Amino acid sequence: MDRLLELEGLFWESVVETLYIVAVTLGIGGVGGLVIGVTLYVTRKNGLLANAPVSIVLNLVVNFFRPIPFVIFIGAVQPLARWVVGVGIGNRAIIFALSLAAAFGISRIVEQNLVGVDPGVVEAARAMGAGRPRIILTVLIPEALGPLVLGYTFVFVALVDMSAIAGVIGGGGLGNFAIVYGYRQFNPVVTWVAVIAIVVIVQVAQFAGNRLARTILRR
Amino acid sequence: MAVIELSDVSKVFGPTRRGERPVTAVDGVPLRVEAGQIAGIIGHSGAGKSTVVRLVNGLEKPSSGTVTVDGTTITGLPERRLRAVRLGIGMIFQQFNLFSSRTVWGNVAYPLRVAKVPTARHRERISELLHFVGLADRAHSYPDQLSGGQKQRVGIARALATSPKVLLADEATSALDPETTRDVLALLRKVNVELGVTIVVITHEMAVVRSIADRVVVMERGRVVEDGPAFDVFSQPAHPTTQRFVRTVVDDVPTGATLESLRANHSGRIVSLSYRDGSRPGSEVFAELISAGVGFELVHGGLADVRGRSFGTLTLALSGPDAAVDHAIGRLRDRAAVTEVA
Repeated sequence: MDRLLELEGLFWESVVETLYIVAVTLGIGGVGGLVIGVTLYVTRKNGLLANAPVSIVLNLVVNFFRPIPFVIFIGAVQPLARWVVGVGIGNRAIIFALSLAAAFGISRIVEQNLVGVDPGVVEAARAMGAGRPRIILTVLIPEALGPLVLGYTFVFVALVDMSAIAGVIGGGGLGNFAIVYGYRQFNPVVTWVAVIAIVVIVQVAQFAGNRLARTILRR
Repeated sequence: MAVIELSDVSKVFGPTRRGERPVTAVDGVPLRVEAGQIAGIIGHSGAGKSTVVRLVNGLEKPSSGTVTVDGTTITGLPERRLRAVRLGIGMIFQQFNLFSSRTVWGNVAYPLRVAKVPTARHRERISELLHFVGLADRAHSYPDQLSGGQKQRVGIARALATSPKVLLADEATSALDPETTRDVLALLRKVNVELGVTIVVITHEMAVVRSIADRVVVMERGRVVEDGPAFDVFSQPAHPTTQRFVRTVVDDVPTGATLESLRANHSGRIVSLSYRDGSRPGSEVFAELISAGVGFELVHGGLADVRGRSFGTLTLALSGPDAAVDHAIGRLRDRAAVTEVA
Protein backbone atom coordinates (compact mmCIF):
# COMPACT_ATOMS: atom_id res chain seq x y z
CA MET A 1 0.00 0.00 0.00
CA ASP A 2 2.92 2.34 0.68
CA ARG A 3 4.07 1.72 -2.87
CA LEU A 4 0.64 2.82 -4.04
CA LEU A 5 1.01 6.15 -2.30
CA GLU A 6 4.39 6.66 -3.94
CA LEU A 7 2.85 5.95 -7.34
CA GLU A 8 -0.22 8.14 -6.88
CA GLY A 9 1.10 10.97 -9.07
CA LEU A 10 2.07 8.54 -11.83
CA PHE A 11 -1.29 6.82 -11.56
CA TRP A 12 -3.31 9.98 -12.17
CA GLU A 13 -0.95 10.93 -14.96
CA SER A 14 -1.67 7.55 -16.57
CA VAL A 15 -5.41 8.01 -16.24
CA VAL A 16 -5.16 11.35 -18.02
CA GLU A 17 -2.89 9.84 -20.69
CA THR A 18 -5.31 7.01 -21.39
CA LEU A 19 -8.22 9.42 -21.66
CA TYR A 20 -6.17 11.71 -23.89
CA ILE A 21 -5.06 8.91 -26.24
CA VAL A 22 -8.56 7.46 -26.49
CA ALA A 23 -10.27 10.83 -26.95
CA VAL A 24 -7.93 12.07 -29.67
CA THR A 25 -8.12 8.69 -31.43
CA LEU A 26 -11.91 8.65 -31.25
CA GLY A 27 -11.92 12.12 -32.81
CA ILE A 28 -9.52 11.37 -35.68
CA GLY A 29 -10.43 7.71 -36.22
CA GLY A 30 -14.11 8.53 -35.72
CA VAL A 31 -14.20 11.08 -38.51
CA GLY A 32 -12.04 8.87 -40.75
CA GLY A 33 -14.26 5.87 -40.04
CA LEU A 34 -17.37 7.90 -40.76
CA VAL A 35 -15.99 8.97 -44.14
CA ILE A 36 -14.87 5.43 -45.08
CA GLY A 37 -18.12 3.92 -43.75
CA VAL A 38 -20.35 6.35 -45.66
CA THR A 39 -18.28 5.70 -48.80
CA LEU A 40 -18.66 1.93 -48.32
CA TYR A 41 -22.42 2.39 -47.99
CA VAL A 42 -23.11 4.79 -50.87
CA THR A 43 -20.91 2.95 -53.38
CA ARG A 44 -22.75 -0.34 -52.80
CA LYS A 45 -24.86 -1.76 -55.59
CA ASN A 46 -28.00 0.40 -56.02
CA GLY A 47 -26.50 2.90 -53.58
CA LEU A 48 -26.71 6.68 -53.90
CA LEU A 49 -23.33 6.78 -55.64
CA ALA A 50 -23.13 3.15 -56.75
CA ASN A 51 -19.61 2.56 -57.98
CA ALA A 52 -18.41 -1.03 -58.24
CA PRO A 53 -14.62 -0.37 -58.62
CA VAL A 54 -14.48 2.00 -55.63
CA SER A 55 -16.61 -0.36 -53.59
CA ILE A 56 -14.49 -3.42 -54.35
CA VAL A 57 -11.15 -1.69 -53.72
CA LEU A 58 -12.33 -0.05 -50.49
CA ASN A 59 -13.71 -3.33 -49.19
CA LEU A 60 -10.39 -5.05 -49.93
CA VAL A 61 -8.44 -2.32 -48.12
CA VAL A 62 -10.72 -2.44 -45.07
CA ASN A 63 -10.64 -6.23 -44.96
CA PHE A 64 -6.85 -6.18 -45.32
CA PHE A 65 -6.21 -3.92 -42.33
CA ARG A 66 -8.95 -5.00 -39.97
CA PRO A 67 -7.77 -8.49 -38.99
CA ILE A 68 -4.18 -7.45 -38.18
CA PRO A 69 -3.66 -7.87 -34.40
CA PHE A 70 -3.09 -4.41 -32.98
CA VAL A 71 0.20 -5.25 -31.29
CA ILE A 72 1.63 -6.23 -34.69
CA PHE A 73 -0.15 -3.37 -36.47
CA ILE A 74 1.76 -0.84 -34.31
CA GLY A 75 5.08 -2.21 -35.52
CA ALA A 76 3.92 -2.58 -39.09
CA VAL A 77 2.81 1.05 -39.43
CA GLN A 78 5.76 2.49 -37.50
CA PRO A 79 7.60 3.65 -40.67
CA LEU A 80 4.39 5.33 -41.81
CA ALA A 81 4.04 6.96 -38.38
CA ARG A 82 7.56 8.39 -38.64
CA TRP A 83 6.66 9.86 -42.00
CA VAL A 84 3.25 11.25 -41.02
CA VAL A 85 3.65 12.41 -37.39
CA GLY A 86 7.44 12.64 -37.31
CA VAL A 87 8.12 10.02 -34.61
CA GLY A 88 7.83 6.26 -34.42
CA ILE A 89 7.52 6.00 -30.63
CA GLY A 90 5.54 7.60 -27.80
CA ASN A 91 1.98 8.79 -27.53
CA ARG A 92 1.91 10.52 -30.91
CA ALA A 93 2.90 7.32 -32.70
CA ILE A 94 0.39 5.28 -30.71
CA ILE A 95 -2.41 7.76 -31.48
CA PHE A 96 -1.50 7.52 -35.17
CA ALA A 97 -1.59 3.71 -35.22
CA LEU A 98 -4.70 3.58 -33.08
CA SER A 99 -6.57 6.12 -35.24
CA LEU A 100 -5.74 4.21 -38.40
CA ALA A 101 -6.90 0.89 -36.95
CA ALA A 102 -10.00 2.52 -35.43
CA ALA A 103 -10.99 4.18 -38.73
CA PHE A 104 -11.18 0.81 -40.47
CA GLY A 105 -13.08 -0.78 -37.62
CA ILE A 106 -15.49 2.14 -37.27
CA SER A 107 -16.13 2.17 -41.03
CA ARG A 108 -17.81 -1.23 -40.77
CA ILE A 109 -19.94 -0.14 -37.83
CA VAL A 110 -21.01 2.99 -39.73
CA GLU A 111 -21.78 0.98 -42.87
CA GLN A 112 -23.88 -1.52 -40.88
CA ASN A 113 -25.91 1.20 -39.23
CA LEU A 114 -26.54 3.01 -42.51
CA VAL A 115 -27.75 -0.23 -44.08
CA GLY A 116 -30.38 -0.21 -41.34
CA VAL A 117 -31.83 3.11 -42.53
CA ASP A 118 -35.12 2.65 -44.39
CA PRO A 119 -34.37 3.13 -48.11
CA GLY A 120 -37.83 4.72 -48.36
CA VAL A 121 -36.72 7.90 -46.58
CA VAL A 122 -33.79 8.23 -48.97
CA GLU A 123 -36.19 7.85 -51.87
CA ALA A 124 -38.51 10.45 -50.33
CA ALA A 125 -35.63 12.91 -50.02
CA ARG A 126 -34.62 12.27 -53.64
CA ALA A 127 -38.22 12.80 -54.75
CA MET A 128 -38.13 16.19 -52.97
CA GLY A 129 -35.19 17.22 -55.11
CA ALA A 130 -32.45 16.81 -52.48
CA GLY A 131 -28.92 16.22 -53.79
CA ARG A 132 -26.71 13.35 -52.69
CA PRO A 133 -24.39 15.19 -50.28
CA ARG A 134 -27.45 16.72 -48.63
CA ILE A 135 -29.12 13.32 -48.33
CA ILE A 136 -26.00 11.85 -46.70
CA LEU A 137 -25.67 14.67 -44.19
CA THR A 138 -29.31 15.48 -43.45
CA VAL A 139 -31.07 12.14 -43.91
CA LEU A 140 -28.77 9.12 -43.67
CA ILE A 141 -26.65 10.19 -40.71
CA PRO A 142 -29.47 11.74 -38.62
CA GLU A 143 -31.72 8.71 -39.24
CA ALA A 144 -28.94 6.35 -38.08
CA LEU A 145 -27.70 8.58 -35.24
CA GLY A 146 -28.99 6.52 -32.29
CA PRO A 147 -27.32 3.25 -33.37
CA LEU A 148 -24.23 5.22 -34.47
CA VAL A 149 -23.83 6.63 -30.95
CA LEU A 150 -24.02 3.10 -29.54
CA GLY A 151 -21.48 1.98 -32.16
CA TYR A 152 -19.08 4.76 -31.21
CA THR A 153 -19.51 3.90 -27.54
CA PHE A 154 -18.53 0.33 -28.36
CA VAL A 155 -15.48 1.68 -30.19
CA PHE A 156 -14.53 3.87 -27.20
CA VAL A 157 -14.45 0.79 -24.98
CA ALA A 158 -12.44 -1.12 -27.59
CA LEU A 159 -9.96 1.77 -27.78
CA VAL A 160 -9.41 1.74 -24.01
CA ASP A 161 -8.56 -1.95 -24.43
CA MET A 162 -6.27 -1.43 -27.45
CA SER A 163 -4.49 1.57 -25.94
CA ALA A 164 -3.23 -0.61 -23.08
CA ILE A 165 -0.57 -1.94 -25.43
CA ALA A 166 0.88 1.55 -25.97
CA GLY A 167 3.84 0.67 -23.75
CA VAL A 168 5.47 -1.45 -26.47
CA ILE A 169 6.50 1.68 -28.35
CA GLY A 170 6.98 3.88 -25.33
CA GLY A 171 3.47 5.22 -25.05
CA GLY A 172 1.87 5.87 -21.68
CA GLY A 173 -1.48 5.29 -20.07
CA LEU A 174 -3.00 2.84 -17.62
CA GLY A 175 -1.94 -0.26 -19.55
CA ASN A 176 1.67 0.77 -19.47
CA PHE A 177 1.34 1.73 -15.77
CA ALA A 178 -0.05 -1.70 -14.90
CA ILE A 179 2.70 -3.56 -16.77
CA VAL A 180 5.66 -1.47 -15.65
CA TYR A 181 4.76 -0.86 -12.00
CA GLY A 182 2.45 -3.79 -11.33
CA TYR A 183 3.27 -6.87 -13.40
CA ARG A 184 7.03 -6.41 -13.81
CA GLN A 185 7.55 -5.43 -10.16
CA PHE A 186 5.44 -8.32 -8.86
CA ASN A 187 2.93 -5.95 -7.33
CA PRO A 188 -0.59 -7.26 -8.02
CA VAL A 189 -2.15 -4.47 -5.95
CA VAL A 190 -0.84 -1.85 -8.40
CA THR A 191 -2.01 -3.97 -11.34
CA TRP A 192 -5.49 -4.21 -9.84
CA VAL A 193 -5.71 -0.50 -9.16
CA ALA A 194 -5.08 0.07 -12.89
CA VAL A 195 -7.66 -2.59 -13.77
CA ILE A 196 -10.28 -0.95 -11.57
CA ALA A 197 -9.54 2.47 -13.05
CA ILE A 198 -10.08 1.03 -16.55
CA VAL A 199 -13.32 -0.64 -15.48
CA VAL A 200 -14.58 2.67 -14.07
CA ILE A 201 -13.72 4.55 -17.27
CA VAL A 202 -15.48 1.90 -19.38
CA GLN A 203 -18.57 1.88 -17.17
CA VAL A 204 -18.90 5.66 -17.21
CA ALA A 205 -18.44 5.78 -21.00
CA GLN A 206 -20.98 3.03 -21.62
CA PHE A 207 -23.50 4.69 -19.31
CA ALA A 208 -23.07 8.05 -21.03
CA GLY A 209 -23.30 6.46 -24.48
CA ASN A 210 -26.48 4.55 -23.61
CA ARG A 211 -28.07 7.69 -22.24
CA LEU A 212 -27.20 9.77 -25.25
CA ALA A 213 -28.51 7.09 -27.63
CA ARG A 214 -31.73 6.86 -25.61
CA THR A 215 -32.22 10.61 -25.82
CA ILE A 216 -31.69 10.54 -29.58
CA LEU A 217 -34.01 7.56 -30.07
CA ARG A 218 -36.52 9.04 -27.58
CA ARG A 219 -37.00 5.77 -25.71
CA MET B 1 -53.19 20.58 -71.65
CA ALA B 2 -51.29 17.53 -70.62
CA VAL B 3 -49.22 18.03 -67.50
CA ILE B 4 -47.67 14.59 -67.72
CA GLU B 5 -46.94 12.96 -71.00
CA LEU B 6 -45.22 9.62 -71.48
CA SER B 7 -44.73 8.53 -75.05
CA ASP B 8 -43.91 4.93 -75.75
CA VAL B 9 -41.90 4.62 -72.55
CA SER B 10 -40.18 1.37 -71.65
CA LYS B 11 -38.07 0.48 -68.66
CA VAL B 12 -35.91 -2.61 -68.56
CA PHE B 13 -34.11 -3.51 -65.36
CA GLY B 14 -30.82 -5.31 -65.86
CA PRO B 15 -30.38 -8.68 -64.18
CA THR B 16 -29.32 -8.37 -60.54
CA ARG B 17 -27.42 -11.65 -60.71
CA ARG B 18 -25.42 -13.29 -63.40
CA GLY B 19 -27.52 -15.67 -65.45
CA GLU B 20 -30.81 -13.90 -64.77
CA ARG B 21 -32.84 -12.32 -67.53
CA PRO B 22 -33.48 -8.58 -67.70
CA VAL B 23 -36.95 -7.62 -66.55
CA THR B 24 -39.17 -5.36 -68.64
CA ALA B 25 -41.11 -3.50 -65.97
CA VAL B 26 -42.74 -0.99 -68.30
CA ASP B 27 -43.36 -1.89 -71.90
CA GLY B 28 -44.16 0.86 -74.41
CA VAL B 29 -46.50 2.84 -72.19
CA PRO B 30 -48.30 5.91 -73.48
CA LEU B 31 -49.82 8.10 -70.79
CA ARG B 32 -51.26 11.60 -70.88
CA VAL B 33 -52.55 13.19 -67.72
CA GLU B 34 -54.43 16.43 -68.20
CA ALA B 35 -54.03 19.39 -65.87
CA GLY B 36 -56.35 19.22 -62.88
CA GLN B 37 -57.19 15.57 -63.38
CA ILE B 38 -56.99 12.73 -60.87
CA ALA B 39 -55.70 9.74 -62.77
CA GLY B 40 -55.83 6.32 -61.15
CA ILE B 41 -53.35 3.70 -62.32
CA ILE B 42 -54.48 0.28 -61.18
CA GLY B 43 -52.81 -3.08 -61.54
CA HIS B 44 -51.65 -6.07 -59.56
CA SER B 45 -48.24 -5.94 -57.89
CA GLY B 46 -45.54 -6.25 -60.49
CA ALA B 47 -47.70 -4.66 -63.19
CA GLY B 48 -45.20 -1.81 -63.52
CA LYS B 49 -47.35 0.96 -62.06
CA SER B 50 -44.83 2.02 -59.40
CA THR B 51 -42.13 2.21 -62.05
CA VAL B 52 -44.38 4.46 -64.12
CA VAL B 53 -44.68 7.08 -61.36
CA ARG B 54 -40.94 6.90 -60.70
CA LEU B 55 -40.37 7.64 -64.38
CA VAL B 56 -42.52 10.74 -64.00
CA ASN B 57 -40.26 12.32 -61.37
CA GLY B 58 -37.07 10.92 -62.81
CA LEU B 59 -36.26 8.56 -59.92
CA GLU B 60 -35.98 5.99 -62.72
CA LYS B 61 -34.65 6.73 -66.18
CA PRO B 62 -36.56 5.25 -69.13
CA SER B 63 -34.77 2.70 -71.31
CA SER B 64 -36.59 4.20 -74.29
CA GLY B 65 -39.27 6.79 -74.98
CA THR B 66 -39.65 10.27 -73.53
CA VAL B 67 -41.22 11.71 -70.39
CA THR B 68 -42.50 15.28 -70.37
CA VAL B 69 -43.72 17.00 -67.22
CA ASP B 70 -45.33 20.44 -67.34
CA GLY B 71 -43.78 21.18 -70.70
CA THR B 72 -40.26 20.10 -69.77
CA THR B 73 -38.86 16.95 -71.36
CA ILE B 74 -37.09 15.36 -68.42
CA THR B 75 -35.62 12.43 -70.31
CA GLY B 76 -31.87 12.92 -70.58
CA LEU B 77 -31.77 15.87 -68.17
CA PRO B 78 -28.70 15.92 -65.90
CA GLU B 79 -29.35 15.13 -62.23
CA ARG B 80 -28.93 18.77 -61.23
CA ARG B 81 -31.70 19.95 -63.57
CA LEU B 82 -33.83 16.97 -62.61
CA ARG B 83 -33.69 18.04 -58.96
CA ALA B 84 -35.20 21.40 -59.92
CA VAL B 85 -38.01 19.60 -61.78
CA ARG B 86 -38.72 17.42 -58.72
CA LEU B 87 -39.49 20.51 -56.64
CA GLY B 88 -42.60 20.81 -58.80
CA ILE B 89 -43.67 17.18 -58.28
CA GLY B 90 -44.76 16.00 -54.83
CA MET B 91 -44.76 12.34 -53.89
CA ILE B 92 -46.38 10.32 -51.11
CA PHE B 93 -45.74 6.69 -50.26
CA GLN B 94 -47.36 3.54 -48.93
CA GLN B 95 -45.05 3.45 -45.90
CA PHE B 96 -45.20 7.28 -45.58
CA ASN B 97 -41.37 7.51 -45.52
CA LEU B 98 -41.29 10.29 -42.94
CA PHE B 99 -37.96 11.22 -41.37
CA SER B 100 -38.18 9.57 -37.96
CA SER B 101 -35.45 11.84 -36.58
CA ARG B 102 -37.48 14.96 -37.33
CA THR B 103 -40.72 16.30 -35.92
CA VAL B 104 -43.80 16.87 -38.07
CA TRP B 105 -42.61 20.45 -38.41
CA GLY B 106 -39.10 19.32 -39.38
CA ASN B 107 -40.47 16.91 -41.98
CA VAL B 108 -42.53 19.63 -43.65
CA ALA B 109 -39.61 22.09 -43.42
CA TYR B 110 -37.24 19.72 -45.22
CA PRO B 111 -38.43 20.32 -48.81
CA LEU B 112 -38.55 24.07 -48.10
CA ARG B 113 -34.86 23.96 -47.22
CA VAL B 114 -34.13 21.88 -50.33
CA ALA B 115 -35.97 24.51 -52.39
CA LYS B 116 -33.95 27.26 -50.65
CA VAL B 117 -37.06 29.02 -49.34
CA PRO B 118 -35.80 31.69 -46.89
CA THR B 119 -36.11 30.49 -43.29
CA ALA B 120 -38.14 33.57 -42.42
CA ARG B 121 -40.93 32.28 -44.64
CA HIS B 122 -40.95 28.70 -43.26
CA ARG B 123 -43.12 29.42 -40.28
CA GLU B 124 -46.03 30.80 -42.23
CA ARG B 125 -45.89 28.13 -44.93
CA ILE B 126 -45.59 25.17 -42.53
CA SER B 127 -48.41 26.46 -40.37
CA GLU B 128 -50.59 26.92 -43.45
CA LEU B 129 -49.85 23.36 -44.65
CA LEU B 130 -50.47 21.76 -41.26
CA HIS B 131 -53.79 23.56 -40.97
CA PHE B 132 -54.71 22.39 -44.47
CA VAL B 133 -54.14 18.73 -43.55
CA GLY B 134 -55.65 19.18 -40.08
CA LEU B 135 -52.56 18.50 -37.99
CA ALA B 136 -51.68 21.93 -36.63
CA ASP B 137 -51.76 20.58 -33.06
CA ARG B 138 -49.20 17.84 -33.80
CA ALA B 139 -46.45 20.08 -35.20
CA HIS B 140 -43.98 19.08 -32.50
CA SER B 141 -44.74 15.37 -32.44
CA TYR B 142 -42.41 12.80 -33.91
CA PRO B 143 -43.70 10.41 -36.60
CA ASP B 144 -43.65 7.41 -34.22
CA GLN B 145 -46.18 9.23 -32.03
CA LEU B 146 -48.71 9.48 -34.87
CA SER B 147 -51.31 7.08 -36.27
CA GLY B 148 -51.06 5.84 -39.86
CA GLY B 149 -53.60 8.32 -41.13
CA GLN B 150 -51.84 11.20 -39.38
CA LYS B 151 -48.52 10.09 -40.85
CA GLN B 152 -49.96 10.15 -44.34
CA ARG B 153 -51.35 13.64 -43.69
CA VAL B 154 -47.84 14.75 -42.78
CA GLY B 155 -46.63 13.05 -45.96
CA ILE B 156 -49.18 15.04 -47.95
CA ALA B 157 -48.25 18.33 -46.23
CA ARG B 158 -44.58 17.62 -46.91
CA ALA B 159 -45.25 16.77 -50.55
CA LEU B 160 -47.21 19.99 -51.02
CA ALA B 161 -44.70 22.26 -49.28
CA THR B 162 -43.11 23.56 -52.47
CA SER B 163 -46.54 24.06 -54.14
CA PRO B 164 -46.08 21.38 -56.80
CA LYS B 165 -48.37 21.14 -59.81
CA VAL B 166 -48.35 17.37 -59.67
CA LEU B 167 -48.74 14.94 -56.79
CA LEU B 168 -47.77 11.28 -57.18
CA ALA B 169 -49.43 8.91 -54.71
CA ASP B 170 -47.76 5.50 -54.65
CA GLU B 171 -50.17 3.10 -52.89
CA ALA B 172 -50.76 5.95 -50.45
CA THR B 173 -53.69 4.28 -48.69
CA SER B 174 -52.67 0.62 -48.93
CA ALA B 175 -51.30 0.54 -45.39
CA LEU B 176 -54.39 2.20 -43.90
CA ASP B 177 -57.69 0.83 -42.60
CA PRO B 178 -60.86 1.52 -44.64
CA GLU B 179 -62.03 4.44 -42.55
CA THR B 180 -58.65 6.19 -42.57
CA THR B 181 -58.41 5.44 -46.29
CA ARG B 182 -61.63 7.38 -46.81
CA ASP B 183 -60.29 10.36 -44.86
CA VAL B 184 -57.01 10.41 -46.75
CA LEU B 185 -58.78 10.09 -50.11
CA ALA B 186 -61.07 12.96 -49.14
CA LEU B 187 -57.98 15.01 -48.34
CA LEU B 188 -56.48 14.17 -51.75
CA ARG B 189 -59.74 15.32 -53.39
CA LYS B 190 -59.46 18.55 -51.44
CA VAL B 191 -55.87 18.97 -52.68
CA ASN B 192 -57.15 18.50 -56.23
CA VAL B 193 -60.15 20.78 -55.98
CA GLU B 194 -58.84 23.57 -53.76
CA LEU B 195 -55.24 23.72 -54.91
CA GLY B 196 -55.73 22.54 -58.50
CA VAL B 197 -53.01 19.91 -58.15
CA THR B 198 -52.96 17.17 -60.77
CA ILE B 199 -52.82 13.80 -58.98
CA VAL B 200 -51.66 10.39 -60.14
CA VAL B 201 -52.84 7.65 -57.80
CA ILE B 202 -51.24 4.23 -57.97
CA THR B 203 -53.22 1.45 -56.35
CA HIS B 204 -54.25 -2.17 -56.50
CA GLU B 205 -57.60 -1.38 -54.87
CA MET B 206 -60.48 -0.60 -57.20
CA ALA B 207 -62.36 1.07 -54.34
CA VAL B 208 -59.67 3.76 -54.18
CA VAL B 209 -59.91 4.44 -57.90
CA ARG B 210 -63.68 4.42 -57.71
CA SER B 211 -63.81 7.01 -54.99
CA ILE B 212 -61.45 9.61 -56.46
CA ALA B 213 -60.22 8.96 -60.01
CA ASP B 214 -61.57 10.92 -62.97
CA ARG B 215 -59.60 8.73 -65.26
CA VAL B 216 -58.59 5.08 -64.96
CA VAL B 217 -55.54 3.42 -66.46
CA VAL B 218 -55.32 -0.36 -66.06
CA MET B 219 -51.88 -1.92 -66.27
CA GLU B 220 -50.84 -5.51 -66.65
CA ARG B 221 -47.34 -6.89 -67.15
CA GLY B 222 -45.86 -3.51 -67.99
CA ARG B 223 -48.51 -2.55 -70.53
CA VAL B 224 -51.58 -0.33 -70.44
CA VAL B 225 -54.52 -2.63 -71.18
CA GLU B 226 -57.31 -0.12 -70.68
CA ASP B 227 -57.50 3.64 -70.33
CA GLY B 228 -60.55 5.85 -70.16
CA PRO B 229 -62.89 8.05 -68.12
CA ALA B 230 -63.63 6.40 -64.76
CA PHE B 231 -67.33 5.88 -65.41
CA ASP B 232 -66.76 4.21 -68.78
CA VAL B 233 -64.08 1.88 -67.44
CA PHE B 234 -66.27 0.90 -64.52
CA SER B 235 -69.54 0.51 -66.35
CA GLN B 236 -68.19 -1.10 -69.51
CA PRO B 237 -64.85 -2.71 -68.76
CA ALA B 238 -63.38 -4.17 -71.95
CA HIS B 239 -60.30 -6.06 -70.85
CA PRO B 240 -60.65 -9.21 -68.70
CA THR B 241 -58.28 -7.77 -66.07
CA THR B 242 -60.40 -4.64 -65.83
CA GLN B 243 -63.54 -6.75 -65.54
CA ARG B 244 -61.99 -8.65 -62.64
CA PHE B 245 -61.05 -5.40 -60.92
CA VAL B 246 -64.54 -3.98 -61.41
CA ARG B 247 -66.10 -7.11 -59.90
CA THR B 248 -64.16 -6.41 -56.70
CA VAL B 249 -66.31 -3.34 -56.08
CA VAL B 250 -69.64 -4.15 -57.69
CA ASP B 251 -71.50 -7.41 -58.29
CA ASP B 252 -72.01 -8.48 -61.86
CA VAL B 253 -74.48 -10.97 -63.38
CA PRO B 254 -74.21 -13.95 -61.00
CA THR B 255 -72.34 -17.03 -62.23
CA GLY B 256 -70.96 -20.28 -60.84
CA ALA B 257 -71.41 -20.97 -57.15
CA THR B 258 -73.28 -17.70 -56.54
CA LEU B 259 -75.83 -18.66 -59.17
CA GLU B 260 -76.15 -22.20 -57.78
CA SER B 261 -76.96 -20.87 -54.35
CA LEU B 262 -79.45 -18.31 -55.73
CA ARG B 263 -81.22 -21.04 -57.63
CA ALA B 264 -81.35 -23.25 -54.58
CA ASN B 265 -82.78 -20.55 -52.36
CA HIS B 266 -85.21 -18.80 -54.66
CA SER B 267 -88.05 -20.10 -56.77
CA GLY B 268 -89.11 -18.53 -60.03
CA ARG B 269 -87.06 -17.11 -62.86
CA ILE B 270 -83.93 -15.20 -62.13
CA VAL B 271 -83.10 -12.23 -64.31
CA SER B 272 -80.33 -9.63 -64.12
CA LEU B 273 -80.89 -6.00 -65.05
CA SER B 274 -77.70 -4.19 -66.00
CA TYR B 275 -77.40 -0.42 -65.91
CA ARG B 276 -74.44 0.87 -67.83
CA ASP B 277 -75.44 4.29 -69.08
CA GLY B 278 -75.53 6.29 -65.90
CA SER B 279 -79.31 6.07 -65.42
CA ARG B 280 -80.70 4.74 -62.17
CA PRO B 281 -83.44 2.13 -62.13
CA GLY B 282 -86.48 4.15 -61.15
CA SER B 283 -89.49 2.97 -59.24
CA GLU B 284 -91.14 2.46 -62.66
CA VAL B 285 -89.25 -0.84 -63.01
CA PHE B 286 -90.93 -2.16 -59.94
CA ALA B 287 -94.23 -0.57 -60.90
CA GLU B 288 -93.99 -2.43 -64.20
CA LEU B 289 -93.62 -5.75 -62.40
CA ILE B 290 -96.48 -5.02 -60.05
CA SER B 291 -98.83 -4.00 -62.85
CA ALA B 292 -97.94 -7.21 -64.73
CA GLY B 293 -98.95 -9.17 -61.65
CA VAL B 294 -95.47 -10.58 -61.18
CA GLY B 295 -94.01 -11.15 -57.73
CA PHE B 296 -90.38 -10.09 -57.38
CA GLU B 297 -87.55 -10.21 -54.93
CA LEU B 298 -84.15 -8.54 -55.14
CA VAL B 299 -81.71 -11.42 -54.66
CA HIS B 300 -78.29 -10.22 -55.70
CA GLY B 301 -76.23 -7.30 -56.96
CA GLY B 302 -76.18 -3.63 -56.35
CA LEU B 303 -75.46 -0.23 -57.79
CA ALA B 304 -72.32 1.83 -57.52
CA ASP B 305 -71.67 5.48 -57.93
CA VAL B 306 -68.73 6.76 -59.95
CA ARG B 307 -68.27 10.50 -60.32
CA GLY B 308 -71.95 11.03 -59.60
CA ARG B 309 -73.28 8.51 -62.13
CA SER B 310 -74.63 5.08 -61.28
CA PHE B 311 -74.09 1.71 -62.78
CA GLY B 312 -74.49 -1.85 -61.66
CA THR B 313 -76.52 -5.00 -61.91
CA LEU B 314 -79.65 -5.93 -60.00
CA THR B 315 -80.67 -9.58 -60.00
CA LEU B 316 -84.34 -10.33 -59.33
CA ALA B 317 -86.26 -13.53 -58.76
CA LEU B 318 -89.60 -13.23 -60.59
CA SER B 319 -92.60 -15.39 -59.80
CA GLY B 320 -96.03 -15.64 -61.36
CA PRO B 321 -97.80 -17.11 -64.40
CA ASP B 322 -95.34 -17.79 -67.25
CA ALA B 323 -97.07 -15.49 -69.68
CA ALA B 324 -97.09 -12.62 -67.20
CA VAL B 325 -93.40 -13.09 -66.41
CA ASP B 326 -92.53 -13.20 -70.14
CA HIS B 327 -94.50 -10.04 -70.71
CA ALA B 328 -92.85 -8.29 -67.77
CA ILE B 329 -89.37 -9.25 -68.97
CA GLY B 330 -90.24 -7.84 -72.38
CA ARG B 331 -91.22 -4.52 -70.81
CA LEU B 332 -88.07 -4.44 -68.67
CA ARG B 333 -85.89 -4.74 -71.78
CA ASP B 334 -86.96 -1.21 -72.71
CA ARG B 335 -85.44 0.12 -69.49
CA ALA B 336 -82.26 -1.91 -68.95
CA ALA B 337 -80.13 -4.66 -70.42
CA VAL B 338 -81.78 -7.86 -69.21
CA THR B 339 -80.06 -11.22 -68.90
CA GLU B 340 -82.08 -14.24 -67.95
CA VAL B 341 -79.75 -16.31 -65.83
CA ALA B 342 -82.01 -19.14 -64.60
